[in-house]
Amino acid sequence: MPESLAIDCQDLVKKFTDVVAVNGLDLSVKTGECFGLLGPNGAGKTTTIEILEGLQEPDSGTVRVLGSTWRDHPHRLRQRIGLSLQETQFHEKWTVIETLRLFRSVFGDGIDPEELLLEVELVEKRDSRVGKLSGGQKQRLAVACALAGKPELLFLDEPTTGLDPQSRLRLWDQITRFQKNGGTILLTTHYMDEAERLCDRVAVVDHGKVIALGTPAELISTLPGANVIEVASDPRLSEETLRKVPGVREVQVREDAAVLVVGSLVESVPALLSAIESAGSRLVNLRTHRATLEDVFVHLTGRHLRDA
Amino acid sequence: MRESPRSPLLELTLLRAKEFLREPEAVFWTFAFPVLLALALGFAFREKPPDKLPIAVEAGSGAAETAASLARSEFLSSVVLEREEALAALRRGKVAMIVRVESSQPVFIFDPTRPDARAARLEAGDALERAAGREDRLKPSIETVREPGARYIDFLMPGLLGLNLMGTGMWGIGFSIVTARSKKLLKRLVATPMRKSHYLFAQILARLLFLTGEVVVLVGFGWLVFGVAVRGSLLVLAVTCLMGAMSFAGIGLLVASRANTIEAVSGWMNLVMLPMWVFSGVFFSSERFPEALQPAIGALPLTAVNQALRAVINEGASLGAVSGQLAILAVWGAVSFAIALWIFRWK
Repeated sequence: MPESLAIDCQDLVKKFTDVVAVNGLDLSVKTGECFGLLGPNGAGKTTTIEILEGLQEPDSGTVRVLGSTWRDHPHRLRQRIGLSLQETQFHEKWTVIETLRLFRSVFGDGIDPEELLLEVELVEKRDSRVGKLSGGQKQRLAVACALAGKPELLFLDEPTTGLDPQSRLRLWDQITRFQKNGGTILLTTHYMDEAERLCDRVAVVDHGKVIALGTPAELISTLPGANVIEVASDPRLSEETLRKVPGVREVQVREDAAVLVVGSLVESVPALLSAIESAGSRLVNLRTHRATLEDVFVHLTGRHLRDA
Repeated sequence: MRESPRSPLLELTLLRAKEFLREPEAVFWTFAFPVLLALALGFAFREKPPDKLPIAVEAGSGAAETAASLARSEFLSSVVLEREEALAALRRGKVAMIVRVESSQPVFIFDPTRPDARAARLEAGDALERAAGREDRLKPSIETVREPGARYIDFLMPGLLGLNLMGTGMWGIGFSIVTARSKKLLKRLVATPMRKSHYLFAQILARLLFLTGEVVVLVGFGWLVFGVAVRGSLLVLAVTCLMGAMSFAGIGLLVASRANTIEAVSGWMNLVMLPMWVFSGVFFSSERFPEALQPAIGALPLTAVNQALRAVINEGASLGAVSGQLAILAVWGAVSFAIALWIFRWK
């Protein structure tokens, strides 16, 4: 394995009694990159990341992390990685600083707990019990614990799920800072904006497989157009009529609206409006946005990420 | 500001200890509850001067004099009642016997199958004879004997100590581990380079910290309030408590080794502890159970702790004298610890 790969896994399979969670998944993460596993709930993201973290054994497939395997060097690998689980809960009766001291103590080399407090902006909560922290503060504590051992590689499983916008921004800053200092990150998320903002490359995962891989820009460029129009009219226009609107590359009819992928808004929006008018229909709603990873997922699977 | 990190074992032990002290309920159950229980039971079964035997005298001529004569005995009390009332009082056990005066002679009415009635009859006979002018030829002098170590409270205190060792050992370890497991804290910890043995060992070390407090509080309380003295050496007492605590810590670890929820572990704990509450001689001697059960009862860890504690506290037994019980405890502790390590679920 070339030294430039922080994670390399091939043909990963993990079955549970009732479901195949991971179904032949390949992944390679370069050193120094921020890599995102993107997919709906139940896609197999958590199982995958936990296999890479050495917390679950795959049924088959190979995993190399930082050049070694979990079987050969479990203890040495644990010293070199940091992680936050989905919904880690620390002991409610421990204080923030006590929790950090414990995590620091199990690593040979690491960051001083007081410095960690500064890093994740929890200084004023130093002596508060963990049970008294808000969701965002708990998540920052989880990240601080992940950083306590000065890891080379950071695993974050849905780090911003359930956070308020301000807390998300702070976490994004920390992740970016970690990467700037030479760290490698693998994170899972079902927020498209998060992946677009943070990740150098993303893998879209569905049903335990990677169905698309690339930089966010590359993935978006695989769409037939760069813009998306959501339109609702009364009565509705048929799919056929919509396809004939100039510049429309793809049409998806949903219950509440039709979603059109178009090359240029300037070309398609006026044409769409006149098509509605000439059909004797009334415009109810019209929204447009630049194509996002969300649209890529819809394009690939016909489903939305959040409710897939 | 910068501090060099302490050893993980120390951090884990301190955290476990703090976690316990920040749980007021746990502190209550460990320290206050056994003391309150001892206090309540100690007063319920406290030493009293011997009860006076109550005797009813049927109303009629000479009743008042007879009643007064009876009451002069230090072992008797008397009351004058109408015939019907007196019979009712006898039936209900409120009086031990009835004395009726018929033509200046007493008639004793009592149930000879009742020991207190027989004693009342003898005392009443004596009292009335003396009142009638009898001179006793023998004048026995009386020595009152009260053997410390033979009272109920002397029996009870070691039992409560044993019960406490079991309860705090098992709940203390079991709850802490299952809480950590159900909140994924264990999973998070094993995702670090922490040594698993450090985690388990810290639980036991923290347990030892509180053990000292528990034993001192309960033994000190028994001594100060009820005069229950430790007749054996304090060192042997300490070794016995230590062995008991380790044994129950091992069993607690085993019970908690796979449970995922507090409800599940509570059920298992009760299942394990309830038989010992009943059979192991905490509140009454386990020798009351049939002979055939004795080998099984004797093999229970709480029985072993209680027997050893009673031997040391009440009888001043040496280490050698309780070695059999200590061996039983060592086996329970070692076997359950080994199985627990083997089947322990970290995730």
